[in-house]
Amino acid sequence: MKHLNLVLGAAGLAVFLAVGEAVPRLGLVKEAYFPPVSTIAGALAREVSDPAFWTALGDTLTGWAVGLALAVAGGLLAGVLLSVVPYLREATASTVEFLRPIPSVALIPLAVLLYGTELRSVLLLVVYAAFWQILIQVLYGVQDVDPVAEATARSYGLGTLARVRYVLWPTALPYVMTGVRLAAAVALILSVTAELVIGAPGLGARIAVAQTSQAVPEMYALIVVTGLLGLLINVGARTVERRALSWHQSVRGEVAV
Amino acid sequence: MNGTFRVLRRLLFVVALPAVLLTVWWFASAGSTDVYWPPLETIVAAFPEVWDGERIRADLLPSLWRLLSGYALAAVVGVALGTLIGSYRTVRAFCEPVLEFLRAVPPPVLVPVIMLFAGIGDGMKIVVIAVGCVWPILLNTVEGVRAVDPVMTETARCYGVGGAARLRHLVLPSASPQIFAGLRQSLSIGIILMVISEMFAASNGLGFAIVQFQRGFAIPGMWTGILVLGLLGFLLSVVFQLVERRVLSWYHGLRDSSRRSP
Amino acid sequence: MLDVRGLRKVYEGSGRTVEAVRDLTFSVAAGELVCLVGPSGCGKTTLLKCMSGLLAPTGGEVLLDGRRVTGPPPGMAFVFQEYGRSLFPWMRVGQNVELPLKQKGMAKERRRALVADALESVGLADAAKAYPWQLSGGMQQRVAIARALAYEPQVLLMDEPFAAVDAQTRADLEDLVRRLWRERGITVLFVTHDIDEAVYLGERVVVLSASPTVVQEELVVDLPVERDQLNTRVQPRFAELRTRVYEQIQAAKRGSVSAAPGAPGAGVEKE
Repeated sequence: MKHLNLVLGAAGLAVFLAVGEAVPRLGLVKEAYFPPVSTIAGALAREVSDPAFWTALGDTLTGWAVGLALAVAGGLLAGVLLSVVPYLREATASTVEFLRPIPSVALIPLAVLLYGTELRSVLLLVVYAAFWQILIQVLYGVQDVDPVAEATARSYGLGTLARVRYVLWPTALPYVMTGVRLAAAVALILSVTAELVIGAPGLGARIAVAQTSQAVPEMYALIVVTGLLGLLINVGARTVERRALSWHQSVRGEVAV
Repeated sequence: MNGTFRVLRRLLFVVALPAVLLTVWWFASAGSTDVYWPPLETIVAAFPEVWDGERIRADLLPSLWRLLSGYALAAVVGVALGTLIGSYRTVRAFCEPVLEFLRAVPPPVLVPVIMLFAGIGDGMKIVVIAVGCVWPILLNTVEGVRAVDPVMTETARCYGVGGAARLRHLVLPSASPQIFAGLRQSLSIGIILMVISEMFAASNGLGFAIVQFQRGFAIPGMWTGILVLGLLGFLLSVVFQLVERRVLSWYHGLRDSSRRSP
Repeated sequence: MLDVRGLRKVYEGSGRTVEAVRDLTFSVAAGELVCLVGPSGCGKTTLLKCMSGLLAPTGGEVLLDGRRVTGPPPGMAFVFQEYGRSLFPWMRVGQNVELPLKQKGMAKERRRALVADALESVGLADAAKAYPWQLSGGMQQRVAIARALAYEPQVLLMDEPFAAVDAQTRADLEDLVRRLWRERGITVLFVTHDIDEAVYLGERVVVLSASPTVVQEELVVDLPVERDQLNTRVQPRFAELRTRVYEQIQAAKRGSVSAAPGAPGAGVEKE
């Protein structure tokens, strides 16, 4: 069964590529708009041999990783703080609900004015978008703490820190991992967006340049690269999640955020 | 008495922090001479001037129209394709790797691609929004359709519920919590794409207006634009929640009742 | 009415074949209430699914009114063990009962009448507007029974319907099944792993062997038609019958198909 699925998947991919080759060759769309797959592959090969491409990739990954790390740290800290300090969660609920749906791209003009095309522009957008993913999952996770476990810990005289360490953290961990996975995907979207729109160095800026200079195959090649990057991040995050939670018995549905 | 007290207490919790934050912003920024951080008073004063009926008609409404049409298009296509792919195991195995890749492409990079095909008009923006929004809806629908309870499927078969009725009364309602999770993710992506596509190439719209203010160093105007975007995001999310609460009321009830008696 | 002839079902897994049902032959006459009982894991559910047309048998055939069953026939209704997963949680109780009737293309008036009547006879006339998950487990199973009744089947198949409800609710539901059977003259095939339930409910009990399943024994329950939880269960004849079924099941577990002589392991009851 698994074998068959693999074969089918490979066939699907092959058909997808073949259609991508055939459609422009047959003149169904203009080659200038959608070059055949082989042309894109050629452009991809040229890109890969260009050191500037690797610099751009490095820039994008830096923005992504630093932004994600900041967001995870901030989200965790805020989440634990909000849940441990009495009344804080209740008092911040409305503010969180208001700030969370604000699209981070609204901050683009501010980022441009404040930081221009520096890395900090990218970070502002990435951190703002990814932070909420983590925070919300932490809050959901803390909500899931078994009151009996909490009461037991209290009755044995565990202090706040010990309770966070031994009760709260293990319960919330699966949620946090989900949050990290979602945040990782969002962080990539926003770092590429920031580069594309603001012009901070990276793959996004390279796509913008390719577009303005009418280098269509290169543009497609770079988009394929961002897709592969996203795929790697998704698969990687899911693997880490599964590894880290292999001890965890409960199979739980993802909390929709 | 106790009830009134509780309502008051809740109200206090809801408004207290926002009030504090706004006050702090108001006084901290009062008399600010930093061009980028104008006093809140200036921003508030600029708001009704900037966002008069004319601008709402010229910028806000076109943006909303693009967002909603793109989103609706994505919802229809995503649910339809997702149901098809989710219903047949072979189709799913065939499409899976390609879908995984397409979903992983950061949606904003679609803007330059779709500009090639559809120019810079409304069509382009709607297509960009639809293409970006479709993946979470599609993939969540696939998952939801796949996860239809086998006992329910057999029940439907036993009682002769097949074809379109099966889709309408079993498959889609059963998948609807997942579909809504996808719709929710897509809503934020849609707003992002609406703004970006307008920042890239447009002659009106929220994204266009904000970039115009920024380029023209009309900083209070820019700030009002950011506030409008924030409010729009917030309001759309509230509307979404209301719709979801209504459509999925059975689901929330079911979940609560199984939580009470596990 | 319902004939099972040489039924055989083999599951083909990945490199592994499991023979769930080997060779089953029995029949249920029109208007009869037959209980199928067997040791746990003996392929009762497989059998029932083959009979209802949900599963295609590997060999043999199932006949309903002389016609071969190839898919779920319209004259057959099914009550599942998993009541919580068999009712649609997004539909109200009334809608759940009505849905199959809509599929039959019935007029609205007639549907309404059937739904009201079915709910009435399971004692849930007031619950039509509730959602299934707002009801207790026993009430949910009543809804499932009402849905089956409204469908106006010739044959009602019940797959361990009361395995997941508490003892008192179970007694009530057993009496409900007896009553409905007598009032409506439906043919009922009731699958259970509970020996007492089988003897109390059935006019006839078919004992199945362990998997791969064959018929171990059939016996007629010659208790009066009028039964009640208090008196029927203390009758000497009831005790004899349940002992007999118990012996057969023990024999089935050991794998001997012949009738077991004497009372084996008196007093050792594990069921």
